[in-house]
Amino acid sequence: FSINVFKMLNLGVSVNHIHDKLGSLSLLQKDFVPFLLNFLREQTSQILTNGPSTPAKTPSSKAHGSQRTGSERRTGHRSFQKPSLGSFLTATPEALPVRRGRRRGSSSAGASGRQVARDLGCSLAEEEDGKSDSGSWSGGRRKWSEAPLASARSPPSQLNLNNLEEFPPMGAASGWTNKPSRRINPTPVSAERPLSKPKTCFTSTPVSRAPAARWSAGSSPEAFAAVQEGNLSSVISTSLQEEREMLKKERYSLRISFDPGTPTKPSYTRSASLPAESHLVTCANPAKVSCKKQLECLAQLYSSCIAENLVPNIFLELFFVLQLLTSKGTSTAEDGDSDPEINVSGGQHFESVHNCVYFAVRVLDYQYEIISHLEKGTLKLLAENERIASFSPTLHKRLRQAYESSTAKVSLLLPCSVQSVSFQPETDNRSNFPSDRAFHIFKKQRDIFYELLREWEDNHEKTGWDFERVLGNKIRAMMAHLSATCNHSRFARLFQKQLIQMCKGPVGGGASWGDTPDQDVLNMLGSDNLSRLKRLQERFVVPQSIRGPCPPPSFPGCQQFFRDFILSAGSYQFNQHLVDSLCLKILELDGLTLVEHEHSDGETDMEEQDEKKRFTMALLSLRLLAKFLGFIVFLPYRTAEQPTRDLQDSALALRNQTLPVLDILKLLRQSIRDQRSILTIPWIVEYLSFVDHIAPFLDYYRKVFGLLLLMVLSEDKEMSFLNKLLILAVLGELRKLLASFVAGSGGKNGGFIRKITPTAAESLASKASVTQQKLQVDLEQAFFHNQPPSLRRTVEFVAERVGSNCVKHIKATLVAELVQRAEAMLQDKVKEEDVNHDKLLEEVCTHLYEEGAQALIKGREFCEKKGPEAVRVLLPEETSAAVLSSAESIAVELATEKACGWLSANIAALIKREVKATFNRMLKVPGFPLPGEDALELRRDCPPGCQHCAPFPSQMINEIKYVLCVAVGPREEDEVVDYTWLECLLGRLSQTLRCRKFMCPTAEQQLAKCTVELASLLVSDRVPLSLGIKSPGKSPERLRVKNDPTSGLLKLLFSIWKEDFGTSVPVQLIFSKKNIGYLTEAKQREWDLFLFLLRGLIEHELMRTSEIQSCLHSLEELPWPSDFVKDLKRLSRVFVSEHQIEEPRTNPCELTRQSLATVTSQS
Amino acid sequence: MKLSKAQYDEIAQFLGHMQPTRQSLRKLKEKFPSQSQSTLLSIFSQEYQKQIKRTHAKHHTAEAIETYYQRYLNGVMKNAAAPVLLDLANEVDFAPSLMARIVLERFLQEKEQAIPSKTLISSMLRDPSQIPDEVLANQVYQCTVNDCCYGPLVDCIKHAIGHEHEVLLREMLLEKNLSFIAEDQLRAKGYDKTPDFILEVPVAVEGHIIHWIESKASFGDESSHQAHLQDQFWSYWNRFGPGLVIYWYGFIEELDCHRERGILLKDCFPTDIVTLRHSVAQR
Repeated sequence: FSINVFKMLNLGVSVNHIHDKLGSLSLLQKDFVPFLLNFLREQTSQILTNGPSTPAKTPSSKAHGSQRTGSERRTGHRSFQKPSLGSFLTATPEALPVRRGRRRGSSSAGASGRQVARDLGCSLAEEEDGKSDSGSWSGGRRKWSEAPLASARSPPSQLNLNNLEEFPPMGAASGWTNKPSRRINPTPVSAERPLSKPKTCFTSTPVSRAPAARWSAGSSPEAFAAVQEGNLSSVISTSLQEEREMLKKERYSLRISFDPGTPTKPSYTRSASLPAESHLVTCANPAKVSCKKQLECLAQLYSSCIAENLVPNIFLELFFVLQLLTSKGTSTAEDGDSDPEINVSGGQHFESVHNCVYFAVRVLDYQYEIISHLEKGTLKLLAENERIASFSPTLHKRLRQAYESSTAKVSLLLPCSVQSVSFQPETDNRSNFPSDRAFHIFKKQRDIFYELLREWEDNHEKTGWDFERVLGNKIRAMMAHLSATCNHSRFARLFQKQLIQMCKGPVGGGASWGDTPDQDVLNMLGSDNLSRLKRLQERFVVPQSIRGPCPPPSFPGCQQFFRDFILSAGSYQFNQHLVDSLCLKILELDGLTLVEHEHSDGETDMEEQDEKKRFTMALLSLRLLAKFLGFIVFLPYRTAEQPTRDLQDSALALRNQTLPVLDILKLLRQSIRDQRSILTIPWIVEYLSFVDHIAPFLDYYRKVFGLLLLMVLSEDKEMSFLNKLLILAVLGELRKLLASFVAGSGGKNGGFIRKITPTAAESLASKASVTQQKLQVDLEQAFFHNQPPSLRRTVEFVAERVGSNCVKHIKATLVAELVQRAEAMLQDKVKEEDVNHDKLLEEVCTHLYEEGAQALIKGREFCEKKGPEAVRVLLPEETSAAVLSSAESIAVELATEKACGWLSANIAALIKREVKATFNRMLKVPGFPLPGEDALELRRDCPPGCQHCAPFPSQMINEIKYVLCVAVGPREEDEVVDYTWLECLLGRLSQTLRCRKFMCPTAEQQLAKCTVELASLLVSDRVPLSLGIKSPGKSPERLRVKNDPTSGLLKLLFSIWKEDFGTSVPVQLIFSKKNIGYLTEAKQREWDLFLFLLRGLIEHELMRTSEIQSCLHSLEELPWPSDFVKDLKRLSRVFVSEHQIEEPRTNPCELTRQSLATVTSQS
Repeated sequence: MKLSKAQYDEIAQFLGHMQPTRQSLRKLKEKFPSQSQSTLLSIFSQEYQKQIKRTHAKHHTAEAIETYYQRYLNGVMKNAAAPVLLDLANEVDFAPSLMARIVLERFLQEKEQAIPSKTLISSMLRDPSQIPDEVLANQVYQCTVNDCCYGPLVDCIKHAIGHEHEVLLREMLLEKNLSFIAEDQLRAKGYDKTPDFILEVPVAVEGHIIHWIESKASFGDESSHQAHLQDQFWSYWNRFGPGLVIYWYGFIEELDCHRERGILLKDCFPTDIVTLRHSVAQR
């Protein structure tokens, strides 16, 4: 059978030797392992008071449920599940020829009232007469005990593996009735995890208290993790004789212990154990070990089961062994000075701590190979364990060595607080969105998402805080917004990235790893305190919140947020997009190239480290993503209760018609074929851990489970062992793992597993015939084949990067240039009236498309220049010239294909998009100074040698504002502006304007406006200047304008306006109605100053004569008081007369020219 | 300058219901001579804004607007040169610039028989010469010039101060050889939220890794900081990771409580900077 199956799957794994080794054990194999495991659990149940019970997880021969729906399951009374190893043997006299002569006591196991033994006897008897001939497949090599109820008693010689009816999972309901259930430990399942129902999950402990219906159903998911028969190694055969001896004794003791009246045996229930803390830790003494021989034999047997991968879960067993190692013992059983042999006759091999420790140390010794791969912290604790040191100095020494050389660390660092997903313009900027609205809404969604995350982070641990109550509505509002703008896929991607970012680490990431890192764990490292060791061990396999080493799938730490988010959102669209996103990422990561590294000294160490890191990260991320995928996929089918048979049948009929979102079966098959199941199985297992009650019975998933089962049964034990190590996220020796993995393939030349990198679909340049192309491809493959794998990776990497950079470069140069040109063209045309914007845009773009074709030429040039440079830098100096040049040209070709492929397809669209964006920007800035003007002021530089230490523009605005404030009032009687200070202020303003460093356009424009205002106020004598010592003491009216202090300030302003401002100064504001209004009360002096101002404007070319004339003219039209209009007209006449004659003159401002008064008198 | 919450409260309490005039500022400086003028002005401005936000609604009821407008009309009728609007604003505890806006809007409404656009009103406030009524133009100008917390001039000063400090920060970054991408470059690349500077290579400031720096030329009080966190700092964090905020005019030191989470506050350019290779700025 095995051979057939394996052939079917093209595994090509030889299983012949099973036949040889196990032929004689064909009967034993069926139930032996579960019996052994249960036996050990029972034997030690009394002494183990430390930590949770370790389920044996071996419901090998299931009782038919209908038989046992009574008190047993309800009460969980364990006396019905008495040690079964003995029973097993008792009931199979033919299979194990026991030397009857040495049997003690009654030959019958069926003492009255011993239901178990009777059941057992019955079942085995039936088994014998019913199936011992036909039940063994393929020539009786292996017997498949778990034939489902529905299937024939005699399985066909060729089985369709994919049919679970014919090829049922291990541990599924037995075809034989009347069997006693084996010891079943109830796995505590915490009630506050309603979401992790059903608890039937692949990675978790099977729920042994599963209802009868499940057993009768034919198969159940957890059963796959259950025990398998066969594969017992030679260890078993060689020690068979001893074992028989031991088992005989066992059977004897069984009789005693089964006697209800036996007072020596306390209850088996865990509740009987005393609280651990009340015990003194017994000092385990190697000298006090009794029946060493038997223990050694058991240890060997047990170790063989572990080594041969016969146990359902290696970590359950390690956990159990560590429990034994650290057992505290009971006071009653301790320190008996009795003869060791008497103990044996009592059958309690594990009655004393000494024996337990002895056994544990022996097993650890046998399992050193596995133990040594544990993470450093645990190794340290083991290496420092006193018990190990005293029971096996050699193991102690080896552990020390393992510890010292171990690099496997499980990070227990405190989780860094939330890390965000970075914004990448290439994927996240406006051009990636269909509309401005979608872009802006998504901007908000991103912020809301993180706000929710922070709120959760801050509060979720507080009592009374409820996710749904606090965040539910916010999340749903967000979903509604996403729907409105079709942003779901984008958000799903962010969600998925953030999930990986926060949860990928082993802490808070792995399904069975601790919830949150505990400072205790950090503190206890280095301590050999036993209780602490125990706590570490508990934590080692089990999160604190769940008791039992194999918890159901859970969402520890931050994962909780994401789960609750999905649930609260309750959005079909979001879930669908999230599923898409998860699938894509899973496929991407699952396609990771695995590279094996040669075992050379030190040389490849770094690469290897990177490889390991990459692999680990991929594995952890995959498991995380698969977990969420499984969660969402099976969410709609989740039921609290096992459905009835009828419901199940109809559900099956329905659901068999639909295809799964992710074809895990295909991926699993591929992974087996490509020898990379080490990466694939762990995440598939995570995914499957969420199956609902029905899914395992679907045709599709049956196939998946069947295939997985085969993997478990496969010969490549090292692989599966390492797989398990990895499942626990222990960073084992990946080198070894990969090496052995590849070795299994028998691959030559390093067995490097290639990732098929799809190159650009269309080759632009190559016009060669198909055969020639193929030849080229083959040559290329051949070239890489004999080169180190790093060469290929380098070339692919360079091609990928150069190609991508090429596109970016084209965008930044050619496209940008075209866009600039388009901008200029548009600027001219958009000013025309009645222009159709869309049409205009189209015209301009069409004009540019032709030039866009240059992109391909430039792209090729770029790749030809950059590709070889990069390859040369990245490859070792010593690479031969020929190899180098081949590598270069392959890289260039790949890069060009990539870049030009993209460009030829997208250049037109790209140009259009960019031009359109620019155009929209252009149209959107109303009132903003036109580019020409803007550029003028920005182009100005500081004067040479500028120290940039002028007062800040803001300071200047502030000071001028103060002057204006005092000028317009209201002000105190004595409030004045000191002339010298104002003069100095204008001096500083000049400096400020000259230094361009801190200037910004708005500030400069404001300064310009304020100074014009200041000029108006000065001219109209509104600024209460205090002249201080400079004051000539004469009344202002009598002063000649020439000596007027105000004129000095005006001169400063002329110069500042003319020389220092980089922006145009709105001097025309002087002629505004408001500012001219300041002059309504003006006397002769003010009119003279005003005329002085006008002359200054002309002479400094700040305004043209005609402009001033027209300003004055329009002022005269306004409804002023008649006197004022007269004054205005007079001023106008003077100004005109002066400038009609003197227009060509370019004399500097002369204050000695006519005053307005003289002009008036002359006229 | 970092202020404790208690110190800040003392200043805020002193401000009470002060009018936003140059006279008030003078008093404030006299009372707290040890604080920098910019810090005091920034606190004053923020406190005053809070007060205005609280009372904003009551000044914008139809009745209030009508009352103000009538009082303005009566006032200028009696004496057009008197500071009618400014006095009115001070009397009813409202910002002069905002009072000017209310009255101007009401005036235009009456004149044009239509509700004037906001842009038109803002434009007239910026340049009162455009106001068709010369008396109102003078009154409005007087209000905006005298207001030290609101109005186009104050807005411009604030903008200028912000710009100057960004330039200062840029200079400091250049001096320390820390390469960065500035806001305008980020915008050009299409970033949806842009801090002033993103460091191309992150550095550690006082042991905290930062990716971006935001310059704030104001005092960081509780309400403004919360607002900034909400619409800027956390958004930056959400995109670029942890970063540094420099409140050039100081902040309430109790607000610097998100360091572990990735928002660092400083009131000056940091000196304890560790770059990827070596420490450049240990002084």
